[in-house]
Amino acid sequence: MQAQVVNKPDTACVIPSAPVKRKTKIFWVTLILGGTLLVSAVFSASVGALSITPGELGEIIAFKLGLIDTPTYDEQKSLVFWIIRLPRVCLAILVGAGLGIAGASLQGLFRNPIADSALIGVTSGASLFAVFVIMLNVKFLGIISEVGGAYTLSIASFVGAALTTLLVYQLSRLTGEGGMTTMLLCGIAINAFVGALTGLMTYMATDQQLRSITFWSLGSLGGANWTSVMAVAPFVFCSVVFMPYLSKALNLLVLGESQAAALGVNMTVLKRKVVVLATLGVGASVAVAGTIGFVGLVVPHIIRSAFGPDHKTLLIGSALGGAIVLTLADTISRTIVAPSELPIGILTALLGTPFFLYILWDQKRRKV
Amino acid sequence: MIEVNNVNFGVKGRQLIHNVSFRANAGEFWAIVGANGAGKSTMMKLLSREHKPTSGSIELHGKNLDRYKLSELARKRAVLAQQNSITLAFSVEEIVLMGRYPFYDSQPTDRDLAIVDHCLQKVGIAHFKNRSFPTLSGGEQQRVQLARTLAQIWEIDGGLILLDEPTTGMDLLHQYETFRLAREMTAKGYGVIAVVHDLNLALQYADQVLIMKDGKAFASGIPEEVLIPENIKDSFGLSVKLIQPDHTHFPIIVPDIGNSDLPGYNHHKKEHITSENNNSL
Repeated sequence: MQAQVVNKPDTACVIPSAPVKRKTKIFWVTLILGGTLLVSAVFSASVGALSITPGELGEIIAFKLGLIDTPTYDEQKSLVFWIIRLPRVCLAILVGAGLGIAGASLQGLFRNPIADSALIGVTSGASLFAVFVIMLNVKFLGIISEVGGAYTLSIASFVGAALTTLLVYQLSRLTGEGGMTTMLLCGIAINAFVGALTGLMTYMATDQQLRSITFWSLGSLGGANWTSVMAVAPFVFCSVVFMPYLSKALNLLVLGESQAAALGVNMTVLKRKVVVLATLGVGASVAVAGTIGFVGLVVPHIIRSAFGPDHKTLLIGSALGGAIVLTLADTISRTIVAPSELPIGILTALLGTPFFLYILWDQKRRKV
Repeated sequence: MIEVNNVNFGVKGRQLIHNVSFRANAGEFWAIVGANGAGKSTMMKLLSREHKPTSGSIELHGKNLDRYKLSELARKRAVLAQQNSITLAFSVEEIVLMGRYPFYDSQPTDRDLAIVDHCLQKVGIAHFKNRSFPTLSGGEQQRVQLARTLAQIWEIDGGLILLDEPTTGMDLLHQYETFRLAREMTAKGYGVIAVVHDLNLALQYADQVLIMKDGKAFASGIPEEVLIPENIKDSFGLSVKLIQPDHTHFPIIVPDIGNSDLPGYNHHKKEHITSENNNSL
């Protein structure tokens, strides 16, 4: 060791390849996942009761943009695309991106790859607030306007999600950093509490309300229209645009709270930012689509194994990955039992639960 | 460099640090020793500003720690904490690069990467810089964390290095190399303050020793004067004696107990001999 004493000028030896490699990594992640997302979106828009070929799809869009004058497709297909398919695909992309990036960032904040908004009760907290709004204020909201009502619902579930996250975070800190047991137990408690309240409301609800409540607990993109897309878009955009700025701080948090602070991370500020940005997406998603579990758990895990745990690639990758997964899952959910529709929350839970068990098993195995 | 003035600290009505004062200068290696629960780690947390003193002040370069911005402080002192568990599969290089985060915005410069490489070599782990951190053994992980700490403070004039039990889990060779590295850094003008459990290492390498007992500064000064049997007996509750072997220039602290004090001594010895034979050491 002592033989290697090197003075300052010697450390300036140039390693040019590394930063370039780093840049291309993000570029490739975005390109690969972005391309896949585009393909999934086109696929999802084409498949359904009335199938539209990708060629016709191109024509429909080109006509709308004024690129071609004489449409050769059925007028009906155009209507289906613009009024039913496209908003639904957009909603799937937005909700998926919001859930994916929220999952990745919450896992960073909790320093645990098992933190998922549904498992730790954040989604439940959000849907509880949403259900409250529906039960108490449904008429009042309708009076304001359709869009206003949708936004109020988004904001209410965002508040619910944020409060729950803070609660779980504070509780899990009491038992030491990244206490997985407490975190999951909190999730169980909150889920049970919300389950009880939902049960109570089911008991008291009118038929109309009952339908809405069932919708919250199962999760579905069936209510997609341009209003719901508009209600989610700003929230998810905020989350996806601003969250990547926190990637360095989230990386440092991997070292532990005190070490991150020693490296210049203001924990209080970071915590607030992550909770707000993550729950913006989750809250809005819950407001329009109900509880869709496991996307925030599975997607970051896949991205991490494929591209490494660096939050710089992880956050963007999870947003794109979540969008892809939800677009495809929604396509399956509305075609598999056609003409009826399977709630997407059932589908993601069916696929996600085995995966969750696998991660648990894998974590234990690695410790041995 | 760092000056601690009459610092008190307590949580929930329990006083953990009583009126501690000392002053560590640039180029000095301070070893903080003491029994379990004597307040060593709490003292380190006060020095790193993880905790704030309830009364008294800590000044770094003549400026109160409270008045530094966190990002500013991150470029003046590096901290190696006692517990470092990482569950996510970051590579060794990525972990060490985190030490450079306070110095660049979004892309590390060539210089940052060169420093990372250099620090990896310093602690002798350059050969597994692409390994995943959680797959390393405890001692190896600790060396990676040490490299990260060095990377954070590299090229800083008058930087302060705080190490809370830096050699936990390290093998004999790397314990010595770590302490030698600490000395090397002090020779370059850094200040090093470390919690040390091995009194012999403290005696051999430290410039100054602070013995803590029940949250108080029990004694401080140069090792030869402070690490004497009376002080050690009072602060650790164990009788020791210092022996001066012929071919070392420093004395060695050994427990002052006869063979008869050691329960099962004979049995132990016998077993030791047989196992030695088996392993053909």
